[in-house]
Amino acid sequence: MTELTTAPGRPPGAPADPGRRPRKQGRASRPRRPIPTEFRTAVSPHQLNSRRGRTVYWTVLVTVVTGFTAVFVFPLYWMVTGAMKSTEDLLRIPPSLLPPRFTLEAYLEAWELLDLGLLLGNTALYAGGAWLFTLAIDVTAAYALSKLRPVLGRLVLGLMLATLMIPPMVIMLPAYLTVKDLPILGWDLLNTPWAIWLPAAANGFNIFLLKRFFDSIPGELLEAAEIDGASPGRILWSIVMPVSRPILGVVSILTVVNVWRDFVWPLLVLPDNEKMSVSIGIASLSAQMPQNVLIASLVIASIPTIVVFFVFQRQIMAGLTAGGLKG
Amino acid sequence: MRGARGRPPTRRRRDVKRNLTAYGFLCGALICFAFFSWYPMVWEVVLSFQRTNFVDPPVWVGLENFVTVFEDAAFGPAWKNTALFTLLALVCGYGIPFVVAIVLNELRHARAYLRFVVYLPVMLPPAVGVLLFQWFYDPEAGLFNQILGFLHLPPLDWLNSSDTALISLVVVSTWMNLGSGTLIYLAALQTVPSELYEAAELDGAGLLKRIRHVTIPQTRLILLVMLLLQIVATMQVFIEPYLLTGGGPENSTVSVVYLMYQYAFNFGNVNGGNALGVMLMLVLMVFSALYLRLSRDDTKEEAPR
Repeated sequence: MTELTTAPGRPPGAPADPGRRPRKQGRASRPRRPIPTEFRTAVSPHQLNSRRGRTVYWTVLVTVVTGFTAVFVFPLYWMVTGAMKSTEDLLRIPPSLLPPRFTLEAYLEAWELLDLGLLLGNTALYAGGAWLFTLAIDVTAAYALSKLRPVLGRLVLGLMLATLMIPPMVIMLPAYLTVKDLPILGWDLLNTPWAIWLPAAANGFNIFLLKRFFDSIPGELLEAAEIDGASPGRILWSIVMPVSRPILGVVSILTVVNVWRDFVWPLLVLPDNEKMSVSIGIASLSAQMPQNVLIASLVIASIPTIVVFFVFQRQIMAGLTAGGLKG
Repeated sequence: MRGARGRPPTRRRRDVKRNLTAYGFLCGALICFAFFSWYPMVWEVVLSFQRTNFVDPPVWVGLENFVTVFEDAAFGPAWKNTALFTLLALVCGYGIPFVVAIVLNELRHARAYLRFVVYLPVMLPPAVGVLLFQWFYDPEAGLFNQILGFLHLPPLDWLNSSDTALISLVVVSTWMNLGSGTLIYLAALQTVPSELYEAAELDGAGLLKRIRHVTIPQTRLILLVMLLLQIVATMQVFIEPYLLTGGGPENSTVSVVYLMYQYAFNFGNVNGGNALGVMLMLVLMVFSALYLRLSRDDTKEEAPR
């Protein structure tokens, strides 16, 4: 695999194997800066702080850090600097690690040529609206299923969770046809934001996450409010929502990021040049642009998600493990 | 109405009111799910047995669409490529993250940095990741051939040769998705009780044995769940062939979902596309059902504790 990774230096596919760590019983660790061992893992703290253990540990650490940087950061660096090179620079062998001069020309050109302002604005509109609709629709639904428990509520929940079993790509054609000609109503939602907003709210995983969290809110809290005469809507707004902030954060971030990154669905339902999301816009014009302009547009398109990741790392990781461990 | 007999009427009226409120709250979700999830699911199956042009009323044609699709020259390659892609993506995208997670779990420094960095590609919009690699794969201006040239190795054709095109797609997909698997495993590894490692050590188990007899059994369930999730996810591969190869060269990267897309949007045969969709749905539902079964067993096992 190593020849396929982007690392120019150390092959990162197989970071040094900790299994090769010697099992010789070392003497007690030297007082000088021991490797922290508060939590115990497969390698015993004793071995880790033996002299050979420390050598192996630091070697592995340096290898992993270098390897990860080469595989995951270097391509991004190459992208950011690639946009600063001219077409001749890009073809030069060996390529230069640093761009010959610092310039943002390609970025400006990409912004103009692709109308990135419009594309980013569109995408923000789709993501923001999807966020509002998802919160409004899924939170109320999960609250009703968790706390009001209507007749046939279990069946409804079951049907909503059953949609998780059907992979989205598989029903993309009939879903597209539905959006094109909404049954009964006969509306054509193609090229309108509704085509993104409403399907985004039909998300079984959000219902599952929210309902599970609401189930854990003690009933006494809500009963007290009910006795005081608060309506269910009032209880949801003033009691349930404030205590559910963590899960609302996770659902919000997941929704926004998913809509922002989505490719296939906007490709189908927003074919109009004026309505495209940023991914589709760039992809549809990629063949007609100079290489460095294309690269610059890729950088610009990835900035929002990277910024979101910087800011909301905790929520994103929480959503990830919630899906993986308990999905 | 439930429990109506012998109850005071006020109670009953309150029940009715509660149900009405609940369905009032549910109606938004019910409408969205009905239109965009439940209805398309049923319609997909219906369409696969019909011939429609959306002008005349649809005609039932039995298995004709399935036969048409089956006789397509790209049908065999599409399934073969999808299976091969899934298999290769599993080898790279399933094994490597677990090993990486085990190593990361041992490290006591730079943990936040490593976790952040490994997840960076996952955060990029997939179209960006794929187009970035399109440039890297470029025979002349691409990073990969420049590296090969720098090492005095012969350049490769990457996406332009039927020998390397599919594996090139696997590499893109792995690079973009490695992070999520790694972090999920890492979270699972941190739940392994340390007493087990200590006990194993007292019994004289070496490091590899500790990994085999403690780490793997303790994370067995998550490993299985991830296996199924990954199979389901990678079998839907579309964006890589769509953006990078268009199914070529010589059908070597056509995938089932890509063929489905082509039927609907390039060949003007929606019903054929739906027939393919139904086939894929049946295959994937086997894995989904297994996954559901596993996660249910999981909750049962944990409940008494």
